[in-house]
Amino acid sequence: MSDLKKIKDEFLTKLKEKLNLSEINQIKSDLFGKNGLFSSQFKKIGTIAESERKKFASDLNLIKDELQVLIDSKINEIEKAEIDKKLEKEKIDITLPERSFVRGKIHPVSQTIDEISSIFSEIGFSVEEGPDVENEYNNFTALNTPDNHPARDMHDTFYLDEKKQKLLRTHTSPVQIRTMLKDKPPFKIIAPGRTYRSDSDQTHAPMFHQVEGLHIDKDINMGHLKGCLNYFIKEFFEVDKIKMRFRPSHFPFTEPSAEVDIGYEIKDGKIIIGEGDQWLEILGCGMVHPNVLKNVKVDPTKFQGYAFGIGIDRLAMLKYGINDLRAFFDCDYRWLNHFGFDPLDVPTNYRGLSR
Amino acid sequence: MKITFDWLKDHLKTNLKENHLLEQLTNIGLEVESVESLSADNELFKVAKIIKTEKHPNADRLKVCDVNIGDKEFKKVVCGADNARDGLITIYAPPGAIIPKTKTKLVTAKIRGVTSYGMLCSESELNLSDKSDGITELSTEYEKSIGKSYFSKSKSNLIDLSITPNRPDCLGIRGIARDLAASGFGKLLELKEKKIKSKTKQTLKVKINKEKNQGCSAFGSCLITNVKNTESPKWLKDKLTSIGQKPISAIVDITNYVMLDINRPLHAYDADKIEKGIIVRDSNSGEEFTALDNKNYKLEKGMCVISDHKGVLGLGGIIGGTRSGTELGTKNILLESAYFDPRSIRNTAKKLNLDTDAKFRFERGIDPLSIEAGLNKAALLIKEICGGEISKIDIQKTETYKSQIIKFDTNLFEKISGFKISNKEMIKILENLGFLIKKEKKNLKLVVPSWRPDISQEIDIVEELVRISGYNKIEIIDPIKQRSKSTLTQSQKLFHFLQRSIASKGYLEAITWSFTDSKYNNFFKGDEKEVTIVNPISSELGVLRNSIFSNLSMYISKNLDRGFKDISIFEIGPIFKGSNPGDQNTVVCGLSAGKKNRLSWIDNERNVDVFDVKRDVIQTLVEAGYNSDKFFIDRETPNYFHPGKSGRLFLNNGKDQVAAYFGEIHPNILKALDIKTESLVGFEIFLDNLKIPKKTLNDQKTKFVVSDYQKSERDFAFIVNKDVSSQDLINAISVVDNKLISNIKVFDVYEGENIPENQKSIAISVTIQSSEKTLNDNDLEIINKSIIETVENKTGAKIRS
Repeated sequence: MSDLKKIKDEFLTKLKEKLNLSEINQIKSDLFGKNGLFSSQFKKIGTIAESERKKFASDLNLIKDELQVLIDSKINEIEKAEIDKKLEKEKIDITLPERSFVRGKIHPVSQTIDEISSIFSEIGFSVEEGPDVENEYNNFTALNTPDNHPARDMHDTFYLDEKKQKLLRTHTSPVQIRTMLKDKPPFKIIAPGRTYRSDSDQTHAPMFHQVEGLHIDKDINMGHLKGCLNYFIKEFFEVDKIKMRFRPSHFPFTEPSAEVDIGYEIKDGKIIIGEGDQWLEILGCGMVHPNVLKNVKVDPTKFQGYAFGIGIDRLAMLKYGINDLRAFFDCDYRWLNHFGFDPLDVPTNYRGLSR
Repeated sequence: MKITFDWLKDHLKTNLKENHLLEQLTNIGLEVESVESLSADNELFKVAKIIKTEKHPNADRLKVCDVNIGDKEFKKVVCGADNARDGLITIYAPPGAIIPKTKTKLVTAKIRGVTSYGMLCSESELNLSDKSDGITELSTEYEKSIGKSYFSKSKSNLIDLSITPNRPDCLGIRGIARDLAASGFGKLLELKEKKIKSKTKQTLKVKINKEKNQGCSAFGSCLITNVKNTESPKWLKDKLTSIGQKPISAIVDITNYVMLDINRPLHAYDADKIEKGIIVRDSNSGEEFTALDNKNYKLEKGMCVISDHKGVLGLGGIIGGTRSGTELGTKNILLESAYFDPRSIRNTAKKLNLDTDAKFRFERGIDPLSIEAGLNKAALLIKEICGGEISKIDIQKTETYKSQIIKFDTNLFEKISGFKISNKEMIKILENLGFLIKKEKKNLKLVVPSWRPDISQEIDIVEELVRISGYNKIEIIDPIKQRSKSTLTQSQKLFHFLQRSIASKGYLEAITWSFTDSKYNNFFKGDEKEVTIVNPISSELGVLRNSIFSNLSMYISKNLDRGFKDISIFEIGPIFKGSNPGDQNTVVCGLSAGKKNRLSWIDNERNVDVFDVKRDVIQTLVEAGYNSDKFFIDRETPNYFHPGKSGRLFLNNGKDQVAAYFGEIHPNILKALDIKTESLVGFEIFLDNLKIPKKTLNDQKTKFVVSDYQKSERDFAFIVNKDVSSQDLINAISVVDNKLISNIKVFDVYEGENIPENQKSIAISVTIQSSEKTLNDNDLEIINKSIIETVENKTGAKIRS
């Protein structure tokens, strides 16, 4: 039996015993260390007769590899067993609560404004804004509602001066005036925002939200108005079909004017839009009055179009089943948390307005 | 405007049914607000007499009344009205009746220990008038009706219409009938107009003074002598009660009836109480009179009054006075039918805060040609019911009515409405509405009916035609999905971004009023001027907010009182600096109260602090695209913040407007507002002060540069005076070599043992990396030395060895 075979057998026997990590490492260093067995054996190569040298070297390498693999796998085995043992000890009660987190929410009115903007964006409207404090001219006179017009009674106005020249805008319509004075036609805008009336009871709040719409071009008629609102209502309520009714009404700044009702029914205490034979008024609209166009230096014989005003809070109530308007502005933590939306829930057209 | 189908049928011949009527009214723009069935329920309300009243044993202000309701036994009714007294004839509602005003059903109830079988009703509760003080008082004439139903049986429902302010003609039943007829709902009946045939002259002189803003342009009148004012006949009482009006006396009822029927307001004077003659004139400043509502009015100059030689009799077109009012004993009447200017009426009524049926009509515009028709109709009815002799009609005028003429290009109809109807159809509709029409080559020449003050131009004609043809004929034109301009501007995008960014950091979005309580605003207005609302709904909402904190602090306090301890809320919206349009700034404002990790089994609990809100502000601004390397922070903050624990942030090294404030809310405010929390911190980000980043997100992404050479981190600990800020140290280090220094981070601040008093130790880690080579020990040593020198020189710091 050659020396090599002897070494091999000796160590194979040793490695068969039950060993701990340091014992194995000792063996490893005995074999492969700087002064280990293999090192001394390799040093021998030069002293071996040339005829045998090649075989010796080859055998030596084979044995070295064999032992190496065996030792590595032994080490692995032990390490794995140790981790297993450690894991056994590290078992925790995973039902304990996670680290605390807080969740913010977006107010349903803000969410609704984003939904509305997203819908009108699709059909080419851009968003305009105007100040909350308005002058009397933009809020009334320019909108064909001169002083002493009984239509002013429909707006209970908050005034900021005794002369009644400065006020909190009673509707978003003054944005129409600002937009048209600023630019040249065509106009295709919506203007969401806060509006104010000195009115306060269960169904009226002194502040509420409206979105104004305005589309002026050369040949925009009542058919376009109906089409636009029909599209909007369908998209907003995310239904395939709606029942919509245009009813003649009166606003000084539009003529002809209409109020728009949508059909609904109550099923199991929930409101269903688009079905049933009940009507619900949701907005006012009409063809922009020639007097208004003249006031903003737009020639009514060349340009015409429609305008509308929608109560945003009301739409949000309908869509999200909120009963009490006053609660919108009451800042009750529980209410905000319940009706609010996750900030990541940005309404978009491609993924749908709501989840 | 309240109507019944029965009354409509006085003017309209139709075979159609009531449900059809309701739909049609709405379709032509006369919106049906409500339909009330009067008949069944109202029969329960009985004429009754109080036989005896006694003081309630357990309540000073209540009485227990024995009431005769026509049965053998009297009913015991508890009543709180001051005017409940023995012998009063009034209206009784039994248990089970539904009170018209409140829509509540009466039940037999114990009131302070005494059982009340039903109720005695006020006029207001029965919707007869606004009178709510005391129970209804009926005349002795009703003695024979005791036990009978007060309201007559009506087959017709009460229909309440919402008439838009442009349609005064529909404030009379006939106007509504005319519109219905034009829309194809039956045929308008001809008025059987009888005229006064009299030989006697109207002897009371009427004069309209020539004045600059004379509010009266025509005054028609006639005298009716030797009348016997009485209770109205049944048909007339029924008519008035059918639409919820309370009959008073024949003369008053007749003038009301004519007003409601043909929209012609009239006024009846007791002619014997008029001194010499009628003068229509401007009021003098300080003149006073007592109106029929029993209130005394002090007049300003320039109000249109009807006076005699003694003084003011009434306010023309608004309300009469008690001095010349008709009573049951009135013998001679002057009946007035006039035309008053809508603006004048409105001005006067507004100044005096007066609202009457006549005012409501005159301010919208009464048919100036209805003066005679009104006098004829009313005078003849008075004669029929009250007897007497009618004089000739006298009309004084300062202006003659001129018809309005419109040339209507029929093409305009389709251009506006988007659908077509024939010229023949147009003519038919307009004729039915009362227009006189002459066909011209291209146009229709239209004479506008005198009762339509709302029609003055072509577009008004289009409206009439679309309205009567039906809005359902308008065809839907689907919108085109095309966008020529981006939906949002950069600053609108920023608004939405900041809103959602703050919410994503655990804040609940609130929307609160733009106005607030001055008491709260005072704490947060800083140096700004307070903007007051002249007519607030309450003093608690009396000023525009100078800061959103005013509202948020109030609401956070409310929520804390509800038992929530750790809450964060924010609002994005306007604050106001003045009362001119544009004196506003959009602000994101947040408040955070309480603790982090309250009752956590795993993390240490601690109060929310200024560095929580500082993170929220900075992270939000960084997310919005601003470069935090350029931020500059100092401690100049408004007085509502804790002076030592708050900061002011600028985006661009302090060379621009304030971007944000953050910090602890001043403890004095918490105390004053009684906000119960361990800690309250907040921030304000001023949107209008944030310059829109020059580089869009798109631009920023194009340049991607990284260094693959090894980076080294070196830690330094400096001892500095306490008033040196960490930002001073960072600023000093950052200018040493901005090519090599890629990051500077403060990782420890220490005061106390081993550090001299009034000094502190700040430990900073600096990352050094070159984009050109791997730095060797020598390179690093050079920069190390340079950092230490610079910091020591600039801040007076000493490196800690």
